[in-house]
Amino acid sequence: MILVLLILILMAGGLLAWLAGRSNPLLARLISLGVIIINLILTLVLYLSQEKSVGQRWMVEFSRNWIPRAGIGIHLALDGISLLMLLLTFLIGIMAVLVSWKEINKNTGFFHFNILWILAGITGVFLSIDLFLFYFFWEVMLIPMYFLIGIWGHENRIYASYKFFLFTQASGLLMFLAILGLYLVHGKETGSYTFDYQQLIGTKMSPTIEFLLMAGFLAAFLVKLPAFPFHNWLPDAHTEAPTAGSVILASLMLKTGAYGLLRFAVPLFPDASAVFAPAGMVLGIAGILYGAKLAFAQTDLKRLVAYTSVSHMGFVILGVYAFNEIAYQGVVMQMIAHGISTGALFIIVGQLYERLHTRDLERMGGLWKEMPAMGAMGLIFSMASLGLPGLINFVAEFLTLLGTFKVSILFAIIASLGLIASAIYSLRIMQKVFFGSKNDGVNSKDLTLREAVVLGILVAAVFIPGIFPQPIIKTARPAIMKIVNERDNINVTGARVPGNSAHRASVTVANLPEDNIPGVAKYPYSDLKPASIDLNKKL
Amino acid sequence: MTRNEFICLLPYMILAAAPVILMLIITISRNLKVIYGFSLLMFLMAFLSLFIVMPSANCNIDSLLTIDSFGVLFLGIILLAGIFITILSYQYLSMHDGEREEYFIILFVGVLGSSILVIASHFITFFLGLEMLSISLYVMIGYLRSRGYCIEASVKFLVIASVATAFLLFGMGLIYAGSGSMVFQDIGKSMGEMTRISPLIFAGFGLILAGVGFKLALVPFHMWTPDIYQGAPVPVTTFIATISKGSVLAFALRLFINTGGYKNGTLIIIISAISVLSMFTGNLLALGQVNIKRLLAYSSIAHLGYLLITLITGTPSGIEAAIFYIAAYTITSIGAFGVISILSVHERDADNIEDLKGLFWSNPGIAIVLSLAFLSLAGMPLTAGFMSKFYLVLAGVKSGLWLLAFSLIINSVISLYYYLRVIKTMFTSSETAKSVSLTPASRLVLVLIVTGILFLGLFPSWITDLISTYLGIN
Repeated sequence: MILVLLILILMAGGLLAWLAGRSNPLLARLISLGVIIINLILTLVLYLSQEKSVGQRWMVEFSRNWIPRAGIGIHLALDGISLLMLLLTFLIGIMAVLVSWKEINKNTGFFHFNILWILAGITGVFLSIDLFLFYFFWEVMLIPMYFLIGIWGHENRIYASYKFFLFTQASGLLMFLAILGLYLVHGKETGSYTFDYQQLIGTKMSPTIEFLLMAGFLAAFLVKLPAFPFHNWLPDAHTEAPTAGSVILASLMLKTGAYGLLRFAVPLFPDASAVFAPAGMVLGIAGILYGAKLAFAQTDLKRLVAYTSVSHMGFVILGVYAFNEIAYQGVVMQMIAHGISTGALFIIVGQLYERLHTRDLERMGGLWKEMPAMGAMGLIFSMASLGLPGLINFVAEFLTLLGTFKVSILFAIIASLGLIASAIYSLRIMQKVFFGSKNDGVNSKDLTLREAVVLGILVAAVFIPGIFPQPIIKTARPAIMKIVNERDNINVTGARVPGNSAHRASVTVANLPEDNIPGVAKYPYSDLKPASIDLNKKL
Repeated sequence: MTRNEFICLLPYMILAAAPVILMLIITISRNLKVIYGFSLLMFLMAFLSLFIVMPSANCNIDSLLTIDSFGVLFLGIILLAGIFITILSYQYLSMHDGEREEYFIILFVGVLGSSILVIASHFITFFLGLEMLSISLYVMIGYLRSRGYCIEASVKFLVIASVATAFLLFGMGLIYAGSGSMVFQDIGKSMGEMTRISPLIFAGFGLILAGVGFKLALVPFHMWTPDIYQGAPVPVTTFIATISKGSVLAFALRLFINTGGYKNGTLIIIISAISVLSMFTGNLLALGQVNIKRLLAYSSIAHLGYLLITLITGTPSGIEAAIFYIAAYTITSIGAFGVISILSVHERDADNIEDLKGLFWSNPGIAIVLSLAFLSLAGMPLTAGFMSKFYLVLAGVKSGLWLLAFSLIINSVISLYYYLRVIKTMFTSSETAKSVSLTPASRLVLVLIVTGILFLGLFPSWITDLISTYLGIN
């Protein structure tokens, strides 16, 4: 029930904030903030009580009939990965409300309605394990985001909001078709027509159909992520959105794509995923390098930060198609790391824009003298973005690369070049904005208390897990092991199409020099010592 | 006539009595309010009488009319739409002067015609219903004589509908010549006995398809739609979009299923082609429209293209999807046109996209209704349109119509562009937008429509379960 509450509270809060905002904007802001804080507390309660559910498939589960004749249920469930994502969602949600405290003065009530409904959609996506419901929430978050960009965005907002909507909607509909296909294939095979994730896992189908259906899912997830070459909508949407919109887009909405890959695309289509893996990893690497290159070439600060997302999310794809626990830990960590650090960078860009009324890098410079506090924050998050050890991004990228190394040394080497590229663009931010000669005529006050609190919390959020990543790893571990083991079991027994499992073997097992890597245990996973703990000691 | 048959025809008797009674009232005193109140009462009575009909709804009257659950469900949709259109028409007509009372008489004749269409199981009754519908439409479209567009639209519709009728009549004649019967069931039987369907019947079906295509505005018979949508007074446009099209589709479904036309490969290919063409043409032509009525006209071409999928499936789940889709589309269209009707002024209809500028800030309530209606037309979740598209695609892919389902998906994306454009216009700021005061009746209509759209979108199983248990589908 608590899972349904999380979503309902947000939706009801949204309506309330809208009504309240018509007479009193401040009340709308307070309602919005209060609602998200309540949700954060509820999620923290869930986090603290996770010990109770050790050994169960889901920590909390909720299941009701919705449209029983079509096999659709309201089936929500929480495991470690979704728990971490929810924590991130509500943390960033609070930041999004706080940063728009002064920025949004027009139609405040409706603005907060949109924010809360986006969060409700995202929460629904992270919790649904009924595919129909999942698609439902996947779409629910689009319309408020469209409004957010289209009403409160910058100059080119209309174009950006259309582009965002059409890209995500088109790809989402392809996924919908694939969901229906999977539903029918499963129904014909077993006689029970259902959209339930747990029953659909392990559906037997021919390789061609499996690949086609997976392609439908990938269309939605790779566009949302975004993976090269589907990233085209992202810079426009991020740049034109108001600060809160950019923060939610980058920190949360992109994560729904990553989450979808991990939760749905890989477990539902193990064989096809194995076939796709090399291509997927190439896409990931292309994203890492191409995103970094484009980020370096931007003169618009917000666009620059937007392109860094493409680069960072490349690591996610790379890790997802490495199919091992270490890489998956890296992927989850990267989702959190990117959520915090890129969100923070967008917040800083927003704060600079409020002061300077420009996002043009050429018109900034020398701001450190007048704004040392903001400069320091900028430095911390730029360093996070380039993966400085001690910050969470380093843990994430390191684990992902380590996991990739087990599968393909070549890919790991090329991908690690991305770390150099990220150093270049991150340092360029610092140099162009805070150092160099100062432009005259800009009014630059340092951080206000509210801004300092926002950034301060985020600083804590990049440092603490950077030094003690273990709690996150521990929370995510059962869920990750489940995904990995399911793949592994099918792989070992070879229950599926023989030709295909042979193909998979060539991808995942044959070229793994596992035994040579210190600190990484070998198959089978059942006797895997907590390898990640060893790793962390080395850090 | 047995007692059971009498009960089955109860709603029809009420609908047929209504124009006569209205005429008598007009001779006594000409008062729009009285006529309006009485029309509403008659519609409500006809609708409520359905609950008496429903349990015993299984009679076949001389093979002319078949009052079965399928027909009753469509009849329910038609009568509900009739109630809404009556309320909107009153609002609309009270802005105009002249002889406005007869409008309701014609409205009843039109609704009666449509109601006959959905239970017709013989070509004669079908033709009767269709002509009642068409003739009342000629008058209703041209009802505001002082407007040039109205007269133009009326004459255009007269010419085109007559041509379509000629096609239909010729088609019926050919089918009769080929099969020796005008009863759908018997036609199906004699077609089933043939090893190869005779060219006469085949040509007959082709002509009927063309006639139905005209009525439903399917490509390539769609040219008239935008002009007539634009020219007709808004409530009449609503009537065409919902009742008229819904009833003709019901007829097409019954004809196809009773005669087994959906098993014929060639016909399926032709209908599939028409369906895909309608989807693309409707949506692509809607992209550039600046007139909301024209935009909705093109969008209706696309929606009827989607609906043709159910014609091809010929399965129970296809029929279920069709009824649900029509119900959702009807309520959504009434929402969209209703808002335009409410915003219209004496001189002109508020059908230009510019009229909606800033609506969200001047009349948030109305803007929410219109946004919801457009989101529903676009098929976004939470709304009726989403669920109806889901059932439609599901029925399609269950019958293996992947190409059509895929084309529907692509078209949904194309259509989003222009639906969003309308919604976006409501959000742009404008100095000229002024607040509109709503009468209690129109407020009630808007609230009911929002409830309906959300209810169908969130709890579709209530309706689909009703449809399926009633139709005897599992």
